[in-house]
Amino acid sequence: MIDYTVDQEGIATIAWNMADRSMNVLNEESIAAFAEKVRESIVDSGVKGVIITSAKNDFVGGADLTMLQKVRDPKQMFERSLAMHGLFREIEKSGKPFVAAINGTALGGGYEICLACHWRIAADNPKALIGLPEVQVGLLPGGGGTQRLPRMIGLRAALPILLEGKRFDPERAKQNGLVDQVVPAADLLKAAKSWALTEGPKNVVKPWDRKDFKLPGGAVLSPVGSQTFVAGNAMLRDKTLGNYPAPVAIMSCVYEGCLVDIDTALRIESRYFISLVTSPEAKNMIRSLFFSIGEANKLASRPKNVPQASYSKIGILGAGMMGAGIAYVSAEAGLDVVLLDTSREFAEKGKSYSQSLLDKKLGQKRISQAERDAVLARIVPTADFAALKGCDIVIEAVFENRQIKADVTKKAEAMLAPDKIFASNTSTLPITGLADASVRPENFIGLHFFSPVDKMPLVEIIRGKKTSDECLAKAMDYVKRIRKTPIVVNDSRGFYTSRVFGTYVSEGLAMLGEGVAPALIENAGRMAGMPVGPLALADEVSLELMHKVRKQTEADLGKAYKPGPSDGVLTTMVEKLNRIGKKAGKGFYDYPQGGKKRLWSGLGELFKPAVNQLSLEEVKKRLMYVQSVETARCMEEKVVVDPKDADVGSILGWGFSPSRGGTVSQIHTIGVEKFVAECDRLAQAYGARFNPPKLLRDMAAKHESFYAA
Amino acid sequence: MTDAFIYDAVRTPRGKGRSSGSLHEVTPMKLAVTALQAVRDRNNLDTSAVEDVVLGCVEPVGEQGADIARVAVIQAGYAETTAGVQINRFCASGLEACNMASAQVMSGQSQMAIGGGVESMSRVPMGSSGGAWAMDPQVAFHTYFVPQGISADLVATKYGYSRDDVDAYAVESQKRAANAWTKGLFNKSVVPVRDQNGLTILDRDEHLRPDTTMQSLGQLEPSFKMQGETFGFDSVAIQRYPEIERIKHVHHAGNSSGIVDGAAAVLIGNAEIGKKLGLKPRARIRSFASIGSEPTIMLTGPSFSAEKALKRAGMKPGDIDLYELNEAFAAVVLRFMEALNISHDKINVNGGAIAMGHPLGATGAMILGTLLDELERRNLSTGLATLCVGAGMGTATIIERV
Repeated sequence: MIDYTVDQEGIATIAWNMADRSMNVLNEESIAAFAEKVRESIVDSGVKGVIITSAKNDFVGGADLTMLQKVRDPKQMFERSLAMHGLFREIEKSGKPFVAAINGTALGGGYEICLACHWRIAADNPKALIGLPEVQVGLLPGGGGTQRLPRMIGLRAALPILLEGKRFDPERAKQNGLVDQVVPAADLLKAAKSWALTEGPKNVVKPWDRKDFKLPGGAVLSPVGSQTFVAGNAMLRDKTLGNYPAPVAIMSCVYEGCLVDIDTALRIESRYFISLVTSPEAKNMIRSLFFSIGEANKLASRPKNVPQASYSKIGILGAGMMGAGIAYVSAEAGLDVVLLDTSREFAEKGKSYSQSLLDKKLGQKRISQAERDAVLARIVPTADFAALKGCDIVIEAVFENRQIKADVTKKAEAMLAPDKIFASNTSTLPITGLADASVRPENFIGLHFFSPVDKMPLVEIIRGKKTSDECLAKAMDYVKRIRKTPIVVNDSRGFYTSRVFGTYVSEGLAMLGEGVAPALIENAGRMAGMPVGPLALADEVSLELMHKVRKQTEADLGKAYKPGPSDGVLTTMVEKLNRIGKKAGKGFYDYPQGGKKRLWSGLGELFKPAVNQLSLEEVKKRLMYVQSVETARCMEEKVVVDPKDADVGSILGWGFSPSRGGTVSQIHTIGVEKFVAECDRLAQAYGARFNPPKLLRDMAAKHESFYAA
Repeated sequence: MTDAFIYDAVRTPRGKGRSSGSLHEVTPMKLAVTALQAVRDRNNLDTSAVEDVVLGCVEPVGEQGADIARVAVIQAGYAETTAGVQINRFCASGLEACNMASAQVMSGQSQMAIGGGVESMSRVPMGSSGGAWAMDPQVAFHTYFVPQGISADLVATKYGYSRDDVDAYAVESQKRAANAWTKGLFNKSVVPVRDQNGLTILDRDEHLRPDTTMQSLGQLEPSFKMQGETFGFDSVAIQRYPEIERIKHVHHAGNSSGIVDGAAAVLIGNAEIGKKLGLKPRARIRSFASIGSEPTIMLTGPSFSAEKALKRAGMKPGDIDLYELNEAFAAVVLRFMEALNISHDKINVNGGAIAMGHPLGATGAMILGTLLDELERRNLSTGLATLCVGAGMGTATIIERV
C-alpha cells in the first residue's frame, strides 16, 4: 500500500502504491498505512528529510467517495477528521523537511498531503491535474485545504480555486502558487532529495507557525478582506441562488479560519466539512454526478454478452444543425464521417459547421493547425448514398417527417452491411413506428442527441420494440466512442427527456395563465436550480414549435388527447399575438438589439397577476415536483428502468438541479411517502398532472425508496 | 408613569463629511463637547442634575471609540457624577438615545438625562467598525445582505417610484432647506463650532445645494448600479423579492442623504427637576417605539415604527401635525408618505438630510429638535420624528407641546 525506503544520506521516501486500484485514494486503510510510515520517518533519528511521492502514474486522486457516502455519525466523523489534521500537523511540525514529489495527478486529499509538506515539486507531466475539486460534488477540501491554501497564496488567489474547484496542469499550478517547482519527470526524485538536503533544513517551520505570520495579500479584517468577502458573499448568492451549501461553507472556512490560528482553524474546517458530508446536496451530487454518471460512462448497463463493437466510419443523413453537430463530435473522436444531404451543397454547409468550431479552437490555441486539418479532412460531404458503404453505423438526422425518414432508412440500409446498425436521431417520433420502414428492425435504434451536440454530453438511447440487445450494446459502444454519456430508455412519445422536460415548461406557462407574476415564475425556476426559467426556455425552444407539436399530438391521438395546462397560453401567444419565441425577437420576452432580454411588458395585461401571489416555495415546488412525478410515471410505464438513468438524463439532458440529484433523487431526498402526500395536495390544488402514479403509492406503502443511501 | 419633557435641543451645524469640509479639522470629541456645553450654558444647568448622557454613534471605533459619551461628559466639564453611555441603533442612534434618556426619566430611574449623538463621518468613515453582517459569509448569506443603496433602489422598484419622482423630491428638499436657512428657522437650535480662540469654524450647514434642479440632477449617474449589477447585490435583492425582474437604480448623490459631520444634544427630564432648576418644558414625550422589519428592503421600517408609536399613544396618523422623517434616500420618504397617507406639506417642511446631510449617530436628535422648533413656530401641537434604520429597523418618537 505504502512503500518506504531510507537511503544512505538519510532521505526517506514514502511512496503511495495501492495495489488493487488504478489510482491511489485516501480511505481508512491507506490513511492508516500512510500515517504509520510518516511517524516512522519522524521518529527515526537517522532520517534527515522525507519525500512523499507515488509509485503509480498518478500521485493521489483524493478521498474515496464511497467511504464518505457511508457517513452517518457526525461525532465519529469529526474525530476521524481531527485525526487526519493531527497527522498533517505532525508533518508540518516534525522539524524535518517534507517534500511532495508530485509525479502525476494530485487532487483533493491527495493535493492536501502536498499542502502539509514544506515544499512541493511537480513533474512536468502534462496529463497531471492538480487542485481541490471537492466543491464539484458538494464538499469542501477537508484535509486543511481551506486553511493552508489561503495562508500560502492569499485570500484573493485562493478563494476562486477553492470555490470553483479548478484543476491545473503542473505549469499552471506553479503560476498559481499551488506548487513551488516544476522539473522534468526524470529529475523529480533527484530534485526532491536535493531540496530536502540543502534548502530543507532552513524551511522546516511553516510560515503560519511563525509568530510574525501575516496572511499574504492582506488579512480578513483589512480593506482587501472586506472587499473580498462583502462582494464575494453577494456574488456567491448570485451564482448559486442558495442551492449549494458547499461554496458558502468554503467561504466561511476561509473567513472564520483565517481569523484564528491554524489549529483552531482546522477544527472549524472539520465542522463545516462534516455538515456538508451529511447534507442532502452532497449526497445527491456524489450519487448522481460522480457515481451514476461514472457508471453510465463505463456502460454499466450494457448487455454483457455482446462483443465490443469497433467504429471507424460513420454515416450521417441530413446535414442540418443536428447532423452537422453529430458529424463534428464523431470526427473529433477520430471517426471517418460521411455527411450526406440532398445536395452536395447542403452537405458542404453542414461540414462548414465543423470548420467554424475547429477554427475557433485553433484561434484559442486549443488545437494545432495540423489537428484542425486532420479532423476536418475526416468529414466527407456527399449527396450519394453509395458513399455509405463500409459504415459501422448510420444515423439519420433528417426532418421530423415519417415519410422522409422511411425513405432515407431504406436507401441507407441498402448500403449497410447486415450486422451494422441504423439509428434515428428523432426527438419526437416513436422509434418502433419508424422501424417499420426498416428491413432489419432489430438493428434499428434511437439515438437522441441534444443541441448543440458539441456541448451537450448526453445521448438518450431509445430501444424500439424490436431492437436487439446486440444493437443496443453496439449503440452504447458508439456513444462511448464519441465520449458522450448514454442513458437507455424504452420507446414512448417524447421518450424520457423531452417528455419530462416539457412538464417544467408547461407548468411555468400554466402558472402564467393562472396569474402568477411572470418574474416570480422565472426566478423560482432558477432558484430551484434550473438553468433557465420556464418562460425563457419556452422562448428558446420556440413557442411556435411547441404549439405545432401540441397540435400534431392532438391530431395523432384524436379523442385520447388530454388538453395540457399550458395549451391556452400557447395558443394565445402564437395564434393571437404572433409572439412566437426568441428567434422572432418576441415571445414571453422582448429581445432588444444588443441589450438583455426583458419580460414583455404586455404580459401583465394579458395574464392579469393575481392579487394573492403564490409563495416562492410553492412555485418552486410546482416546477420541480411536476418533473419528478412525470418521471415516476415513466418508470411505472418502464420507459425508464434504472433510476440512475433518470437522474443522469435529467441533469445532463436539460440541466435539472444537480444539488437535487436529478428527478428521481429529488423524490428520494424528500422521501417517497412525503412526496406522495405533497403530490396529492398539489393535484387537489392544481390538477391531475400531480397525481402520483401507483408505483409511488406502492413504494410509499411499503416504505421503500429508490436508493439505499 | 412619570412624564418626560424636552427642556432644550441643540445641534452643531453640519459640515461636509470630507477633508474639504469645515469640520474635518474638528475631532468628534470636540463636536460632542460643543453640543453638551451649549445645553449647559444656554440653560445655566447644574450638571450634577444630569444623571446620564446617552449619545448615539454608529462607528464607535478609533476617535469615536471607548464610550465617547462618558469621555465627552468629563471633557465638557460636567459633574463627575454624570454617567455616559454610547449606543448604536445605526441611523436612528440619535433618536434612540433621546428615547433611552426619556425612558430613564419615565421609569423614575433618572430625574434628568441627555440624549444626543455625534458622528464625524469625515474622520471615522462609514464601515470603520466592520461587523459580521456584510462580511461573515454565514450571516450575509442567511440574511440576504445588500448595502443600503441597493435597498433604496429596491424600495423604488417595488413601489414604482421613477427617477423623476425621486429627483423631484430631492429638488423640493433643497428648496425647503434653503428657504429655512434664509429665514433663520434653525437659529434656535444651531450652535456654532468654535476654536480654542473663540473663532467660528462653522455656523451653518454647508452641504446645501439650493440651485439644484431636475436638469442638474438628471446629469448624475445612479450610484448603486455598478454595485448591484457587477457585485451580485441586485441578484441577492431579487432572490428575496422574486416577483421583481430587475432592480431599477434611481438613487444617486443628489437624492440621497449627504455625508456630513455633526453632533446634537437634547435635554430631557421630569417636571419636578425642571421646576427645581427653573426650566420651562417645551414638549412632552408622548410615546416612542423601535421595530424590526424585513432587512433586505431594509428602509421601510419608519412606517411600522410610526404606527407602533401612534398606537401606543392612542393616536392616528392624522392626529400628527408635523412629521420629520430622515431623508436617507428620497424613496424612503415617498414610501412613508404613501404608507401612512401623509401629504408632503406636513413632512420635512424645512428640508432634510438630502440637502443638509445625515451625520449618522446624531441625526435622530437633530430632527427631533427641528421638529420641536417648527411646531413652536407654527404654534402646532403634535409631531412625530422617525428614521429608517439599517437591517430593517425603524425608530419613531411622538412629542406634544406643553
